[in-house]
Amino acid sequence: MSMRLEQVTFIRADRLLVGPIDAELAAVPLSVILGPNGAGKSLLLRLCHGLLKPTAGRVYCTLRQAMIFQKPVLLRRTVAANVGFALALSGIRWRDRKNRVEQALSMTGLLSKARQPAHSLSGGEQQLLALARAWATSPEILLMDEPTASLDPAATDAVERLVCQLSENGTRIVMTTHDLAQARRIAHQILFLHHGKLLEQSPATLFFREPGTQEAHAFVDGVLNW
Amino acid sequence: METSPLMLAFHLMSTLDPRLTEIVGLSLTVSLSALALATMIGLPLGAVVAVGRFPGRGFVSVTLSAFMGLPPVVVGLVVYLLLSRSGPLGVLGLLYTPSAMIIAQTILIVPIISAVTRQTIADLWQDYREQLLSLGASPMGAIPTLIWDARHSLSTAILAGFGRATAEVGAVMIVGGNIDHATRTMTTTIVLETSRGNLALALALGLILICLSLAVNGAVVGLRDMARRGD
Repeated sequence: MSMRLEQVTFIRADRLLVGPIDAELAAVPLSVILGPNGAGKSLLLRLCHGLLKPTAGRVYCTLRQAMIFQKPVLLRRTVAANVGFALALSGIRWRDRKNRVEQALSMTGLLSKARQPAHSLSGGEQQLLALARAWATSPEILLMDEPTASLDPAATDAVERLVCQLSENGTRIVMTTHDLAQARRIAHQILFLHHGKLLEQSPATLFFREPGTQEAHAFVDGVLNW
Repeated sequence: METSPLMLAFHLMSTLDPRLTEIVGLSLTVSLSALALATMIGLPLGAVVAVGRFPGRGFVSVTLSAFMGLPPVVVGLVVYLLLSRSGPLGVLGLLYTPSAMIIAQTILIVPIISAVTRQTIADLWQDYREQLLSLGASPMGAIPTLIWDARHSLSTAILAGFGRATAEVGAVMIVGGNIDHATRTMTTTIVLETSRGNLALALALGLILICLSLAVNGAVVGLRDMARRGD
């Protein structure tokens, strides 16, 4: 159960932005793609999800995917309708949707707000709703692009707990972040990206104890230039 | 003492003068029918141009924007040529009927609705694109969602179309013929009665046109605000 990248490269306007990257993603329950701003983390995630086509190389993945974005895009309808919309697109029959919507909202603690307009939720709740919407479609692998980047500590904690819960329940998580503390808290595996290159792929404990490259070392010490 | 045209106008309106109500009724029927048709064509057309990628997309986009300012008399002339007895659609016998007026007004409104829709949906697509594709929607499959989520902004486009339809005079005059009890609308009556010196009816219709415009705008703004609070 994994996602395999073979020589994945992305060039735009004659600039090499990502790659070439060979990697095994989602081999462990929770992988974190770590790197400074502009390292190519979000691009790599979009390449994995198929939102961008690699200029060269291939992404092999047979798993059902869902993706969470840094800024959740919620439709102008109720909280429940946002989840129901995703289920409809997944081909879930109408009569099965109600239960699934309730399950997803219960899991994220949003059931009491099911009938509220989605845009009336706080930033943290909006991200939880995005998670509920993604989870409702039963993804085997969940790609998350800096899901807590614009959240306060309480909301970040709520999202992290939910991500860990999903991971424990069998959903593979691949998440980008530039937050070292967050990566230390939740990651099983670290993929360290710098200037579009995958410099390191190692277990999280090992990465933080003995970074294998100078750049990773500098990043962990907080002295890496962009 | 001679009654002023304005007083006469109010009298016509307050007594619901049958001639006045007939003209207002026909005008609304024609304009609302054209608006409904133009909305059915313009919304999907604008949305397809906004999210679709096809050869000639840029040309279609520029043409829609350019046609927002179509001269009504030119549209009237073209529709007249199409519907006249010797024209390709002459066999339908639609010339000088309300149907011909609806066709002409639809042609005038479609570019307005579709051009505004194109811009509105293109902006929304920028925000929604990745999320909707990620959820499994295709660009074309995303169109109903985009139209629904942009409904408040699109109501302005439809309102602009309605304004154009009710204020239009040149095209409906040419293809309708301004025939009494058949194709006489508010605007064509205003032109006719002013030229005859019957300012009371012209003024009454002018006031009704302005009131109608205010009422429709007010209603749409009110509905939009109400709906926004519920979003």
